[in-house]
Amino acid sequence: MSDTHSHSVAYVRESMLPEQEPPASAVGVTAWVRENLFKGWANTLLTVVAIYVIYRLLAGALPWFLGGIWTTSSLAECREVLQGATGGCFSVLTERWNQLLFGFQYPSDQYWRLILAFLLLGAAAAPILFNHLPRKMLFFTALYPFLAFWLIWGGTILAPVMALAGFVAGFFAYKRLEHQSVAMGALAFVIAAAVTWWIGGFISGAAPGLLALEPVPSRDMGGFMLNMILGVVCVSLSLPFGILLALGRQSDMPIIKWICVIFIEFIRGVPLITLLFVANVVLAYFLPPGTSFDLIIRVIIMITAFASAYIAEVIRGGLAALPRGQYEAADSLGLDYAQATRLIIMPQALKISIPGIVNVAVGLFKDTTLVSVISMFDLVGMIRGPILASTEWNGVYWELWGFAVFLFFIVCYSISQYSQWLERQLQTDHR
Amino acid sequence: MSTLSDPPAESFRLSQLINDTRYRSITFQFLALILMVFAMAYLGWNLVQNLAAAGLNISYDFLGEPAGYDINQTLIDYDSRSSHWRAAMVGVLNTLLVAVLGCIMATILGVFVGVLRLSPNWLVRKLMSIYVEIFRNVPVLIWILIIMAIFVAVLPQPRDFRGDTPEATMLFDLFAFTGRGFYLPGPGFSAEWAAGGTGWLIVIAIIIAATIGTRKLGAWASKTQEATGLRPTTWYITLAIWLVPLLLAFVVMGLTWEIPALKGFNFQGGIFMRNSLIALWFALSIYTAAFIAENVRAGILAVSKGQTEAAASLGLRPKRIMNLVVLPQALRVIIPPLISQYLNLTKNSSLAIAVGYMDLTGTLGGITLNQTGRAIECVLLLMLFYLMISLGISAIMNVYNNAVKLKER
Repeated sequence: MSDTHSHSVAYVRESMLPEQEPPASAVGVTAWVRENLFKGWANTLLTVVAIYVIYRLLAGALPWFLGGIWTTSSLAECREVLQGATGGCFSVLTERWNQLLFGFQYPSDQYWRLILAFLLLGAAAAPILFNHLPRKMLFFTALYPFLAFWLIWGGTILAPVMALAGFVAGFFAYKRLEHQSVAMGALAFVIAAAVTWWIGGFISGAAPGLLALEPVPSRDMGGFMLNMILGVVCVSLSLPFGILLALGRQSDMPIIKWICVIFIEFIRGVPLITLLFVANVVLAYFLPPGTSFDLIIRVIIMITAFASAYIAEVIRGGLAALPRGQYEAADSLGLDYAQATRLIIMPQALKISIPGIVNVAVGLFKDTTLVSVISMFDLVGMIRGPILASTEWNGVYWELWGFAVFLFFIVCYSISQYSQWLERQLQTDHR
Repeated sequence: MSTLSDPPAESFRLSQLINDTRYRSITFQFLALILMVFAMAYLGWNLVQNLAAAGLNISYDFLGEPAGYDINQTLIDYDSRSSHWRAAMVGVLNTLLVAVLGCIMATILGVFVGVLRLSPNWLVRKLMSIYVEIFRNVPVLIWILIIMAIFVAVLPQPRDFRGDTPEATMLFDLFAFTGRGFYLPGPGFSAEWAAGGTGWLIVIAIIIAATIGTRKLGAWASKTQEATGLRPTTWYITLAIWLVPLLLAFVVMGLTWEIPALKGFNFQGGIFMRNSLIALWFALSIYTAAFIAENVRAGILAVSKGQTEAAASLGLRPKRIMNLVVLPQALRVIIPPLISQYLNLTKNSSLAIAVGYMDLTGTLGGITLNQTGRAIECVLLLMLFYLMISLGISAIMNVYNNAVKLKER
């Protein structure tokens, strides 16, 4: 049959033609540009507007940045060097570098302590942030708060060591009684820790000179370091409190639930600045007469309360998002409330809450600038106060604020990028 | 030969309070309550002792005393002889003013940016995400201070408008943008009986009436449509409902515009918006808009493409697809976070104190507190005010959420 067919048609191609190259307008850069920048007149118009905006921004910023002066000692000198040319006076950054980072009262021969504490912070945070690092590094993380306190505030090393000893004693007491019930364990923890601290107070009081660094009072902290201290301390403290508050709010016990609800809603309903006012002028009335807490500690208390309420709400969202079956499965395995929460509920709820927690952390870190309003000299306070008010640098707005924007952007943007990375790492469902 | 014995009678033993989950919660709650009461009592006792030591008491009498300080931006009559309570009210209104202005501008800007972030144009998309990232990741306090600095540095001072060849001119001879603030034409009423607040009350009443009228009209039109299948044309009636009474009222009351004019070293007349108000307004709007843009983007992305396609396959036209299918679903995702952004903006407006705008934090929590030394009372009132606003907005949000939530079985 095929013969007849081949005879009936005049010509049959017996081999495939080679594929032709796609037209130049459909591949490579040209196609991308056509598709993404000049598709239709509206799109083209947008592109033109966008290019104009970018041009204006660059034309304004680049000469100013590239023509900047980095080595003079006052604005007047800067203007002399520039002689009317465009350029920023970045020498304010180099000249006041230490003030911007560490405040203006920290003894300058002790800066190494702050730098060391900052570097160690990286080492301490690493095993928490990156799961594949050796777990033994967590020991250092546990030691870090005490080490950092010693480095930053100075004084005898006995005080932080005794504080640590209290926690260790509490931990062993908890381990001994844990098998009875978690509540008993917690009670034992509190008692053992309190006793150790009480004894420790005498010991560190007896030898105030042992391995002592020059003590620095809290009011001398300042600059970006103060933002870092407040941010790191308050976020780490508010996580456990936030978890407790969230569990309390979800609990079946009406009294505990309502205590938590009122606390959370009250804190979330008022601006942070009113809480800072409380720390500044009101809190002292509620503390025992004769005691005087540092302003920085009062601020830490209030910011931690603030952040805990927000973190509690985030974690409550995570708890609510867990399917009911998880709770029931834990019950059917015979786990009690503490075990179920620790082993089944919290790991999943926290995983769901990671983006929210990071948002709160970033927000909190940004909010630490508010302490400048109650006259603490953090980065913003340093810029507004001692630097812009000085005769040498009066009027150098752009360079200083640009630097502040840059610092905060770097920190906050990296945190949010990290959280996105972590979310991808923890994703166990197949979507 | 076994007899069934009764199960052992349930007798309550004290150890059940710790070991029996049925009773343990009562123990815990009791302990929590005791602890709570003790903590409260302890703090209260400290307070009493501290107040006694300082020779103070808790009293709100200071609110009736003359404030003795001036406020440079007020919506209601105020001078330095007015009471502290009046100053606080000025502050409340100023807070609400900047919050409302900020919410409006942040919404407009945020929706605009959020839509552009989904634009097919790569360059615009990138530009918008840079904007969002930069503004979201830097404290709002810094933005407020930067914009304030820009205002003072870039805009001309009122004195630059003087002389025969001034360095700066007014826009259309109506608006003057100076580093000290914006001067705008202010409406007023020439009829004597409408000169005070009365005229504005009448205008507000007319607007409310017109809103109700328009809604009634819409309901009537829908009813007619359901009955007859034809929707009556109503747009000119709507227009009339809105415009005719308003125009009539303006003519009767004699609407006049007061144009700001340069007198001496400053502008006089019209509406004056201080630089601190404008800097705060812009900064809060731009900052919040970055967050709103993300919400809008997420909301639009949350409506799956299948919805649009399904609607199209039913034969709906693009405009109706947008109005009937996409928007209702997107809004359900967008509005709750949008309202909480409004709340954040209102709370952030308390940063006004950094640029010297006299909102409630500036008056009651600032100067009044410092002058009278009544820290506890002032801070308490301040917190109560913000708490009221927050709880009010949360209540509205709950009503809305209940109205739009998916009606499931």
